[in-house]
Amino acid sequence: MLVEIENLRVAFRSRSETVEAVRGVSFCVGKEKFAIVGESGSGKSLTARSLMQLLPGQAEVSADVLRFDGIDLRGASESVMRTLRGKRVGFILQDPKYSLNPVMTIGQQIAEAWREHKGGSRKAAMLAAIGLLEQVKIHDAAAVAKRYPHEVSGGMGQRVMIAMMLAPDPELLIADEPTSALDATVQAEILKLIDELVSARGMGLILISHDLPLVSHFCDRVAVMYAGRIVELLNAGELHQARHPYTQGLLACLPSLRHPRARLPVLQRDAAWRGEETQ
Amino acid sequence: MIEIADLRIAFAGQDVVKGVTFQVANGESFGLVGESGSGKSTILRALAGLNHAWRGRMTFGGLALDARRGRNFYRQVQMVFQDPYGSLHPRQTIDRILHEPLLVHRIDRAEQRISQALNEVGLPAALRFRYPHQLSGGQRQRVAIARALIAEPEVLLLDEPTSALDVSVQAEILNLLSDLRTERKLTYIMVTHNLAVVAHLCQRIGVMQHGKMVEQLSADDLRARRIQHPHTAQLFDLSMTLEEPA
Repeated sequence: MLVEIENLRVAFRSRSETVEAVRGVSFCVGKEKFAIVGESGSGKSLTARSLMQLLPGQAEVSADVLRFDGIDLRGASESVMRTLRGKRVGFILQDPKYSLNPVMTIGQQIAEAWREHKGGSRKAAMLAAIGLLEQVKIHDAAAVAKRYPHEVSGGMGQRVMIAMMLAPDPELLIADEPTSALDATVQAEILKLIDELVSARGMGLILISHDLPLVSHFCDRVAVMYAGRIVELLNAGELHQARHPYTQGLLACLPSLRHPRARLPVLQRDAAWRGEETQ
Repeated sequence: MIEIADLRIAFAGQDVVKGVTFQVANGESFGLVGESGSGKSTILRALAGLNHAWRGRMTFGGLALDARRGRNFYRQVQMVFQDPYGSLHPRQTIDRILHEPLLVHRIDRAEQRISQALNEVGLPAALRFRYPHQLSGGQRQRVAIARALIAEPEVLLLDEPTSALDVSVQAEILNLLSDLRTERKLTYIMVTHNLAVVAHLCQRIGVMQHGKMVEQLSADDLRARRIQHPHTAQLFDLSMTLEEPA
């Protein structure tokens, strides 16, 4: 197993109250495509970030098991984390505009990532960077490598981010809403690209999204999160047989081209979905 | 109600909108769809009076629009923006935010209108003296809609009103918008990149590509795939495959 998580909890303590944002999440991810779906505030990003220990300082994390490839990540030192972050686990974030360095060319940034993990001369790194840009299906990669992030579109920027993450040949890719800032057509292209690269390189993928039908096209398994817990774990092909009323509600409230309706059904949230506070 | 003829908009010498023509009848709801950079929001902003550098002809209620527009225009035409986090003043209470259009347009009975506006968009009266950061995304978008409606406009310009929201909240806001349109006989022009959303809320749809409107069709024709232009077909087929779970 690449990732093993058991009873993960993330809490934020303030002077007056403690808010538990992730409340006992457990799952395992192997070399597969795993999706975490939920609304804002459901704890899906925190779950992925706690794996890489990228949480804000005041967050309190506890877990019975938190392992990557057998390495215990609970309280792992920064030097251990440095051997994982970027190198063995790639992280793709929502908006390429904020993840890329605005004052370095795209080629330099990818080459820097390459040299950081693999060493070698600047020239070799730049050649490798251009090769990576070709792998993410950028035509005329050499010209794009000379551009600055503001000179490329959002879709292209996200391809660049993916190319940078691929540089050290990671075993796991975590993509946190990689396409929500993009157009529908570009969105599908990027997800297809991630899908192909993950399959071709035999990587594991954790895809975080709020779009349930969309991820079901690209992933093997889907975990649906609500209020800090996984309420349902499904095979992507079996979304139709979702049992939990929250999952069913999420699917039903989408406007549809196939099935026109005068009014959209609205999610009636049931207090029971939150589950027992004391597990 | 609204007529746009041969509208052209250029930024830094580059044409972004290249001769767009369409009409929206009174009480109709018209959707503009297209990818980012196709010019759909630019049209909306020029119509709203947020960008004066346009050429062509735009008329509102039979009167030609030019760069200077009267107070009446700005009361009759209101806009709701995409990002409810960015469109409300962070240091003003909801009460103050809703007061603003009333002051600008010298509308009386503020007290009564504000509580009525909150009620209409389904917000509890208790939120009235809160600040935007104390509200959820859906609640903020409701405040933005209340602010647009409080001046009793005839036209609402909606720029991606639900794309920053969760799908469950999106359903609530879309229901609210269609209820308000029926109750108040409003005219909508909505910009979005989501075909399912536009087909749900709008009767007629204009498809934009590279600054041109390549096709206008009814929502029913879209659903039935009675499509002329390949770009519309491409957008439609993609939405159809991705909207159903695998």
